[in-house]
Amino acid sequence: MSKITEAIQERILVLDGAMGTMLQRYNFSEEDFRGARFKDFPHPLKGNNDLLSITQPEAVKEVHRQYFKAGADIVETNTFSGTTIGMADYHLEDFVYELNFESAKIAREVANEFTDRPRYVAGSIGPTNRTASMSPDVNDPGYRAVTFDDLRIAYKQQAEALLDGGCDLLLVETIFDTLNAKAALFAIEEVKEERNLDIPVMVSGTITDASGRTLSGQTVEAFLISVSHIPLLSVGFNCALGADLLKPYLKVLSQNTSFNISAHPNAGLPNAFGEYDETPKQTQALIKEYLEDNLVNIIGGCCGTTPEHIRMIAEIAKEYKPRKAQIIA
Amino acid sequence: MTEDKDRKNLVLSGLEPLIITPNSVFVNVGERTNVTGSRKFLRLIKEEKYDEALDIARQQVEGGAQIIDINMDEGMLDGVQAMTKFLNLIASEPDISRVPIMIDSSKWEIIEAGLKVVQGKSVVNSISLKEGEEAFIHHAKLIKRYGAAAIVMAFDEVGQADTYERRIEICRRSYDILVHKVQFPPQDIIFDLNIFPVATGMEEHRLNALDFFRGTKWVRENLPHAHISGGVSNVSFSFRGNDVVREAMHSVFLYHAIQSGMTMGIVNPEMLSIYDDIPKDLLEYVEDVILNRREDATERLLDFAENVKGDLKNTEKAIQEWRSGTIQERLTHSLVKGIDEFIETDIEEARLAASKPIEVIEINLMAGMNVVGDLFGSGKMFLPQVVKSARVMKKAVAYLLPYIEAEKDGSSSSAGKILMATVKGDVHDIGKNIVAVVLACNNYEIVDLGVMVAPEKIIAAAIEHKVDIIGLSGLITPSLDEMVYLAKELDRQDIKIPIMIGGATTSRAHTAVKIAPQYRETVIHVNDASRAVTVAGSLLNSDKKIYASTIRAEYDAFRETFLSRSKDKNFLTIEQARQNKLQLDWSQFEAVTPNTIGAKTIAVELEELVPYIDWTPFFGSWELYGKYPAILTDEVVGEQATALFADAQQMLQQLLSEKWLQAKGVYGIFPANQVNDDDIELYDEHGNVLETFLTLRQQAQKTKGAPNIALSDFIAPKNEGKPDYMGAFCVTTGFGVDAKAKAFEEQLDDYNSILIKALGDRFAEAFAEYLHEKVRKEIWGYASDENLSNQDLIQEEYKGIRPAPGYPACPDHLEKTTIWKLLDVEKKIGVSLTESMAMWPASSVSGYYFGNPESKYFGLGKIKEDQVANYAKRRNISTEKATKWLSPNIAD
Repeated sequence: MSKITEAIQERILVLDGAMGTMLQRYNFSEEDFRGARFKDFPHPLKGNNDLLSITQPEAVKEVHRQYFKAGADIVETNTFSGTTIGMADYHLEDFVYELNFESAKIAREVANEFTDRPRYVAGSIGPTNRTASMSPDVNDPGYRAVTFDDLRIAYKQQAEALLDGGCDLLLVETIFDTLNAKAALFAIEEVKEERNLDIPVMVSGTITDASGRTLSGQTVEAFLISVSHIPLLSVGFNCALGADLLKPYLKVLSQNTSFNISAHPNAGLPNAFGEYDETPKQTQALIKEYLEDNLVNIIGGCCGTTPEHIRMIAEIAKEYKPRKAQIIA
Repeated sequence: MTEDKDRKNLVLSGLEPLIITPNSVFVNVGERTNVTGSRKFLRLIKEEKYDEALDIARQQVEGGAQIIDINMDEGMLDGVQAMTKFLNLIASEPDISRVPIMIDSSKWEIIEAGLKVVQGKSVVNSISLKEGEEAFIHHAKLIKRYGAAAIVMAFDEVGQADTYERRIEICRRSYDILVHKVQFPPQDIIFDLNIFPVATGMEEHRLNALDFFRGTKWVRENLPHAHISGGVSNVSFSFRGNDVVREAMHSVFLYHAIQSGMTMGIVNPEMLSIYDDIPKDLLEYVEDVILNRREDATERLLDFAENVKGDLKNTEKAIQEWRSGTIQERLTHSLVKGIDEFIETDIEEARLAASKPIEVIEINLMAGMNVVGDLFGSGKMFLPQVVKSARVMKKAVAYLLPYIEAEKDGSSSSAGKILMATVKGDVHDIGKNIVAVVLACNNYEIVDLGVMVAPEKIIAAAIEHKVDIIGLSGLITPSLDEMVYLAKELDRQDIKIPIMIGGATTSRAHTAVKIAPQYRETVIHVNDASRAVTVAGSLLNSDKKIYASTIRAEYDAFRETFLSRSKDKNFLTIEQARQNKLQLDWSQFEAVTPNTIGAKTIAVELEELVPYIDWTPFFGSWELYGKYPAILTDEVVGEQATALFADAQQMLQQLLSEKWLQAKGVYGIFPANQVNDDDIELYDEHGNVLETFLTLRQQAQKTKGAPNIALSDFIAPKNEGKPDYMGAFCVTTGFGVDAKAKAFEEQLDDYNSILIKALGDRFAEAFAEYLHEKVRKEIWGYASDENLSNQDLIQEEYKGIRPAPGYPACPDHLEKTTIWKLLDVEKKIGVSLTESMAMWPASSVSGYYFGNPESKYFGLGKIKEDQVANYAKRRNISTEKATKWLSPNIAD
């Protein structure tokens, strides 16, 4: 199997789309979420999508399968909230290792079903629900609900489990507080050193709104500078905005880094009911503009995107050459 | 050898990037947030006065520091805790955290604590080979993993490098270890080559500066991509106490160090003279010392230093010196320094030399004002200085006008014509006047329509004067609606003049969401005087179409995001909020019976009010930020604040002795009870209802146990059967202010015109403070034994509150009408209400008195439609009207 570091030089790689909305289509009940394994667990578990990797693995595998069929080169594990910090809400801290391990394992299994070309599994590392550089209490701006060390320890556990389960790369994504991401990168560096491994790492931030800044206040350039201290497979943005609104920020990234560029935007902005209306065709047209401008090396979708969106993206992406990163002084 | 073009950039970040390229100017690191270097900062940290400590950090950034150095190395401090706490606090101040942080400590655990709380790419200050290779490698590896750059001291196991040879030996070794063993990015290495004092009288110190320069040059040529930094003030250590010489030494040292390749340094900008401004003789002596050019250099500088002790700047000799310059130099000097003593003489001379009198404005005066503009734009001049410059400019122009009129060629040379107005119903104009003055300084012609200007009048004047931009200002919330209305009208009449919006109540959000959609032309929010000039320039220059569409796109995007943002705040219904009202224990409650009941007037001598003046907001109205009296000795704005304060004191004395203003007030305490949860009835002595105050209740969902407060909660409910009381007041010191301000304006003296208005406002606030104390101690008398200093008063240490309608606890401006009826305000003291419920004259304060010891200030926050409808019914007005008045507080 050729390495992703080689594949990315040859073609534009396609990442999968949303997992959460696809799983919602199953309308799983509390019992379904619990499965046999957590039948008697004392706390409610409905809504904990990551848990479905253990209790409804076939459903999760089917979503991965659909994305691979649609043309994705990379799927993300179902582990967006899979840290002790994220799982604390469900009192499932003790199952974090297993959850990540199983998620990686089933994604790997589905990837192995496809033999036409190498397919990759990216371990998804989400932002957690706490911020290390902002206070949740407006009256006490010096307070922090989570520290760098809390995050570093939690992320390290997640990264180790994802790698043990068979991930080819790690994806630190939906970064709204750069300090959280720096803790994740720190943890990954520790794992790399301890295992004497080189693991490709994708980093993907989130620009919250038209201010062009992350939630923690950084401009695109400042964000880029703050995560460029370790070698990355790619840097990019995902979530919050649709492909059209995300474009100017990707341009800034593209002009200022020699890393590969990734993007997995939402299917536009949500309507008043929180649903995404952008059709696969519309998405394709917007992504085509990225490709015309030679902006990306990895392209996929975030909230609201479906296998059909990814199919349309993959179809157009193969018509174009990947962005060539210029050498930045 | 590394050519500049091949060098890698050193990139750092706070909220914004800092990219240091070979072409970058010298990077100035702020040094005042260092407990080892600033006694004041140390004291503030020890006393946990973090707000003031943050002010120091903020002033440094505002003063131009591109990085701020934070150091908590002091024996009595828990350094890890102090570093963590302060950096966390900085993180929530975007105007500080936009620049990268330099984490400065000699202790690794403090450095690591700092690295764990900064999201940007910072600089560690410092690591070295002092404790051997192992520790050095360990620290460097972690710094790289945390994502920071590092200052590396020229220090090894043997000691500090003090010669050229030792410097290059240690730097080469450090560099090789970092680059080859740690794979540390070479551009992230910043060497501190140790700046040592010169002219100490010791032979071995003669080469200190030269060795530093040579070492710097060597590093830049032999260690690819590495940078050089250092603490500059060390070099002049032996001249402590003689700032003239020290400042010259710093700039001479920097001048040569930068030429050798020094890229950043810790420098106090206050302690730096401009290289070109150093007198020739002093420059020669200092360079002799720094460059070791003569055997007797130190002795000669010492001798010379004896003569320049004290302040060169204000001596007769200095005046003679600048008076002997060319006509342009003299005019520029007068403008920059705000000196009007010689302006007419100089202008006459310039006029005689010019072919046309208008040229004196176009060439000479504009050249001078451009210098002012540049200095202001780069943070080297402050607002009060600029306003003084404008005064000189106005005098010069006034002198020239008759000559220009005589020539009458009618051609205009201004950069553009800007209409300025405070909108209908609003009387506040200090900010507007400041912006007008600054714009005028930048060669814009200003058509100032004053305050309370009706929309028809603004439109008519805009057409008549063919203005290029309309500037609208407002301080009270109803002014926001006026601006929306005006934008609509301009659009309806198909007028195509861009609008600039400013004033305390305005915001980018309101402008983008409410005003911009009403008008096809550009509408832009500008909230500080220095930005107004760039914005006006962009609106009028040749690329204005691009600028206009950029702004439009930005505001459109902002609005869409704003309107479609998820509404995560939960609200209670007004009924639920009332269920969760603040429940005081009324069973034990006994109200203190007031000594005086009913409405009374009061007049006081201004002298009595002086001790009650809170000076901090006075400086704020001049865009000088910091707390009084600390602001007077502030590193950045201290000098200006002191000068401004001296002017204010001078005017204050004159104002008192000539009785420019009158202080008049009306107040009353009345029996009162809470009814229907949210209303307060006020009674006469027979229990008849005089008036009813309507209060608004917080509706946002609170954390468990926290009540949804309304002001009425502080008054005993009627059904408890207990008597209670509340009061109301209005005070003014505004009569006399306008006349005085106008007189100054006629003398072309905007500076003093703004000054008297700012003082008038301070007196009104002081009067309110004075009267509140009198109410607490005598009139109502519930705190007759109170004994508080002015500082305690400013910090609201007293019992009971005096909230004012239009402010956070009670944003409803219509309540003023009830106060006016209750106290018969207009008849008794002449203060009236405009249609937007602004008080006229502007230097007036009104409000309520609550005496309950449990009463406190709070913010209403957002309320929902159900309360608005309910309020409309209680006030007996249409829901539409209620919505209009309460709109800033209605959740959407």
